[in-house]
Amino acid sequence: MGLKKLFTAQAAIKWGIPLIILILVGVFPVFHSTYYQTLITFALMYMTLSVAWTIFSGTTGYISLASAAFYGIGIYASALFGEKMPFFLVILIGGAASFIFAFIIGAITLRLRGIFFSMFTFGLVLLAYQVLIWYELTIKNIRGYFVVIQSDNAIFYYLLGLFIITIIVSYVLKRSKYGLALSSIGENENASEHIGVNVTLVKILTFSLSAVFMGAAGAIMATKLSYIDPNIAFDPMISFSPALMATFGGMGNIYGPVIGSVIFYFIQDRLQTGPLQNYYKLIFGAVLVGTIMYMPSGIVGLIQKLQKRISGAKSAPITG
Amino acid sequence: MQDFLNIVIGGLLIGGIYSLISMGMSLQYGVAKVMNIAHGEFLMFGAFITFTLQEHGVNPLVSIIIIAPVTFIAGFILYRTVFTTIRVRADNQGVFEGNALLAAFGFYFILQNIGVLIWKSTPKSYAFLNSIWKLGGADIFQNRLVAAGFAIGLGILFYIYLSTTRSGKAIRAAAQDAPTAGLMGVNINFVLALCFGFGAAMAGVAGSLISICYGITTTMGLGYTLLAIVVVTLGGLGSIPGSFIGGFILGIIGTAVGYINHSSYTGLTVASYYVIFIILLLVRPKGLMGK
Repeated sequence: MGLKKLFTAQAAIKWGIPLIILILVGVFPVFHSTYYQTLITFALMYMTLSVAWTIFSGTTGYISLASAAFYGIGIYASALFGEKMPFFLVILIGGAASFIFAFIIGAITLRLRGIFFSMFTFGLVLLAYQVLIWYELTIKNIRGYFVVIQSDNAIFYYLLGLFIITIIVSYVLKRSKYGLALSSIGENENASEHIGVNVTLVKILTFSLSAVFMGAAGAIMATKLSYIDPNIAFDPMISFSPALMATFGGMGNIYGPVIGSVIFYFIQDRLQTGPLQNYYKLIFGAVLVGTIMYMPSGIVGLIQKLQKRISGAKSAPITG
Repeated sequence: MQDFLNIVIGGLLIGGIYSLISMGMSLQYGVAKVMNIAHGEFLMFGAFITFTLQEHGVNPLVSIIIIAPVTFIAGFILYRTVFTTIRVRADNQGVFEGNALLAAFGFYFILQNIGVLIWKSTPKSYAFLNSIWKLGGADIFQNRLVAAGFAIGLGILFYIYLSTTRSGKAIRAAAQDAPTAGLMGVNINFVLALCFGFGAAMAGVAGSLISICYGITTTMGLGYTLLAIVVVTLGGLGSIPGSFIGGFILGIIGTAVGYINHSSYTGLTVASYYVIFIILLLVRPKGLMGK
């Protein structure tokens, strides 16, 4: 009985979310409300970013603070190539540019163990912002670019497609031997190297892969804005949100970041439009600190712990 | 020649303040093992408290006497409550460092938001000792000289404290091996919190000194944190003398790039820091004086 209950609860977590997404897609054409469409589009963007962030940082423990840099690169790719090329190609360019950029960063920092990676990625947003501002104002003499706008529907479906691809890649990667290599790096990097994992290469490639999705998300979301400049493209909040959402949701499970993003995006939306709009960064920061202090494995971890406790209590007499 | 002299003197003067900021971060990471991404926000608070006190007629140099204890206590309590909890709950050192980094990232947003709420995001500045001395054709801003003197003096004072007193010895023991130091009778939670407090106080005082010389904004913290990160890497993670020397090196490089660039946009200066960072990571990741 206890076993059966556990099974259904796990199944609910495992299959419930894909189901919700499918329903969402099915229902979507019914409500022709721009408000909800925008809301869900942004939620999808945050979900993609969080899942992509977790692919590398969640499993290996190397905390990347550069999500905003990759996202910004995607936005700039869209601004530079949007007129000349079809939308699909622009998204690919955004992803590819982020991949190359992340590969270079990884090659510099991930050869080394420890804190260097986080230290290096922390300032990248500032670097990109300052250099671009300097370039645009002293050499190009015009600040910002105009972006070719796409229809809301196109943005929604491209983003949904990107999100599904991100989830699938994240899931397949976790199940593959590379996923095993990644989590062994997170557990004990020295031991991982001893059993024959090419630690540096695995780290660099995974980091670059996670950047692809962030860049692509940026390239898609840029078409929602008609004008971009470094200030809009490189917002430190975009680095902060995936880390917060993934930590809150829990990084041990693929659905953790998704749950975290959905909850946080809707809270953010409420806060930004309400009387507390000047406080939402403060509230988010406090939630991040609180989460790390009191539930380091996030909501999903908490649920799993409760499940274990309930099922453990029930099965104790049987095993004993 | 005159340009060269201007760059070196200007660089050394601002370098003194950079040294103080970086020593604080070095202490926080080297001993307490917290990569404090919110370091620049303590600095911003120091700067704005000085600004507010100055508006009420308090001499900026006197306000250091208030800011140092306030930021010290804030840092001490922060470590004793938040980071100690994280440390106790973490499975191993790596998990602690990762979680502490994320928590510091959270504090970065909390503190910056509080700063913006209190002081808004418009740039502020005030005049203090703004006369210029001439020395062999080079300009020396009086306020920068005073600020650098204070920063260097505090840095040397702290080094003497570390190397001569009993609690300084405890800090050095904890820096080498915290668990063993704990076994040898050092009250480790107290000493680590002490280090974090000292680091925060150094940031606060540095902020106060910066407000004397330069304009300040509530969003300036990020730039100074980045600078401190580069200096700490340059000097060697956890090496206090290394950070002290690294601050001057970066001060001179930053001033030189700013001098060549002649633009109010600091893109190239930040880029030059990153170039140094990249070279360091490729050639000598343990820094100038690292172990």
